[in-house]
Amino acid sequence: MTVTTTDWETVIGLEVHAELRTETKLFCCCRNSFGEEPNVNVCPVCLGLPGSLPVLNRVAVEYAMRIGTALHCRVQSSIFHRKNYFYPDMPKDYQISQYDIPINAEGWLDLPGGRRVQIERAHMEEDTGKSTHVGGGGRIHEATYSLVDYNRAGVPLVEIVSAPDMRSAEEARAYVDELRSILVATGASDGKMEEGSLRVDANVSVRAKGDGQFGTRCEIKNMNSLRSLGRAIEYEAERQVALITDGGSVAQETRHWDESAGRTGTMRSKEEAYDYRYFPEPDLVPVEPSDEWIASVAASLPRLPAQRRSEIAAASGMGVESESVVTVVRLGLDGYVDAVIASGAGERGTAIAVRRLANEVAAEIGSAAHLTEPAFCRLIAMESDGSLTTAQARTVLRELLDNGGEPDAIAARLGFEAMEAGDLEAVVDQVISAHPDEWSRYVAGEAKLAGFFMNHIKAATEGKADMKAASALLRSRSA
Amino acid sequence: MSAMAARISTGDVAHVARLARLELTPDELERFTEQLGAVLEHARDVEALDTEGVPPTAHPLPLVNVLRDDVVRPSLDRAEVLAAAPAVEANRFRVPRILGDAP
Repeated sequence: MTVTTTDWETVIGLEVHAELRTETKLFCCCRNSFGEEPNVNVCPVCLGLPGSLPVLNRVAVEYAMRIGTALHCRVQSSIFHRKNYFYPDMPKDYQISQYDIPINAEGWLDLPGGRRVQIERAHMEEDTGKSTHVGGGGRIHEATYSLVDYNRAGVPLVEIVSAPDMRSAEEARAYVDELRSILVATGASDGKMEEGSLRVDANVSVRAKGDGQFGTRCEIKNMNSLRSLGRAIEYEAERQVALITDGGSVAQETRHWDESAGRTGTMRSKEEAYDYRYFPEPDLVPVEPSDEWIASVAASLPRLPAQRRSEIAAASGMGVESESVVTVVRLGLDGYVDAVIASGAGERGTAIAVRRLANEVAAEIGSAAHLTEPAFCRLIAMESDGSLTTAQARTVLRELLDNGGEPDAIAARLGFEAMEAGDLEAVVDQVISAHPDEWSRYVAGEAKLAGFFMNHIKAATEGKADMKAASALLRSRSA
Repeated sequence: MSAMAARISTGDVAHVARLARLELTPDELERFTEQLGAVLEHARDVEALDTEGVPPTAHPLPLVNVLRDDVVRPSLDRAEVLAAAPAVEANRFRVPRILGDAP
């Protein structure tokens, strides 16, 4: 499909479901854990057996309050509702959720790029069980029957609903990235999209640029990664633009993202939309957090990603929007930066640390556990004071990530002794005298020959030279 | 009957019955429309009261914040749970083919 989208604007609102990291489920004492044998964490409450009654988990409420506070929401008194529907993933035939009076209302989240996204609400609800469709290649409509595991039924969720404030797939991804960092920082959720503890639905519509009205939106489900979120939004926006430019109109409906086909397909149209018959949950009383409780949750919040970015930007002299600073905070590597700052590194050392983390460490994030803070601090100190060149520091860092160890010992083993200043001077002079023609042209102003000499110096020293020092020497010789 | 008909129609009852997956005969539809109408008529008596300045009540019990600690307690024995199911496969509840998608 090739459609010019230059005259069109995509409008995106996101609904993010985050599983909370509690020990137990939302309304019963069954264990909340992922990846266990089917149906081992079930009890009369989460199986919906007659006579069982839900009792609310205090920690889940506290986590929900942390999320709301981190998103600048109004944390308020709230009640639960029953959302009624017939589907075997909820054995009670209803899901307990919050409806018109959620625990968190009206907040906002600032993207690293500066755009502010309004948050409409962040409410508590219980997760559903997991169904596996058998027959028909796992597709629900062609399945012959389904199998249900209720371990996940009743796991606490917070659903965070944004306003339709995003305007591109890229912004939607940035929003989910930032929200995930916030959720992880609050300790309320592990934010793992691949394990389904963070799930994103997107409301997408298009309109002509400058149009004040929103177009008809479609809700897109089943995106299991940030990449598929971006692809699904782009596909859907193009589909809608094509429909409208062909003289048709967009029907409000729920659409399913098919990752392998790279397209969205109809799940159900508005005509078949569910009527959930919400009514107040009679088995649960209102949650009315006291001012003291709300204040203590706010006081217990750690520094959040936006604050971390500005602190690291200030300490390193890098910009708040620097890709490296954003990456370091998003990946939770900011603790290393703190350690480097505490070890007495100045602005330059801190900036080196941020770059190493955003490049080498980010590339091998799975191995970051091997890297201790003292070893990292020592490495940065060695690169800062010139005992290791940039190339050598990278090599030592990769070794630290792969196998752990001490930077000094690794550098010695790899033969990375620092070159004495006198040795470097001798090499530079050697290289100059070996290439008299090039040297006279360089001195005469042919600046691009600097690279030629640097390459020769690098080769002659087998990469051990501090190239900044070599470059300075070269300039001073030519002056 | 005329006042009740203004409150709820047989169409409304048929709609709610469909949502609740209840199959009603025409006689039942008529009867339930009448009965539900009477319930709504009763609610109208309450509407007649002056509730100016009375805060909305979310729950009849004068209780809030009934919370439990986040401590795991033993779940049910799986074999016992699955033995109560009409059909089981691979330690999961086996259910008939689902028509339509998850909401």
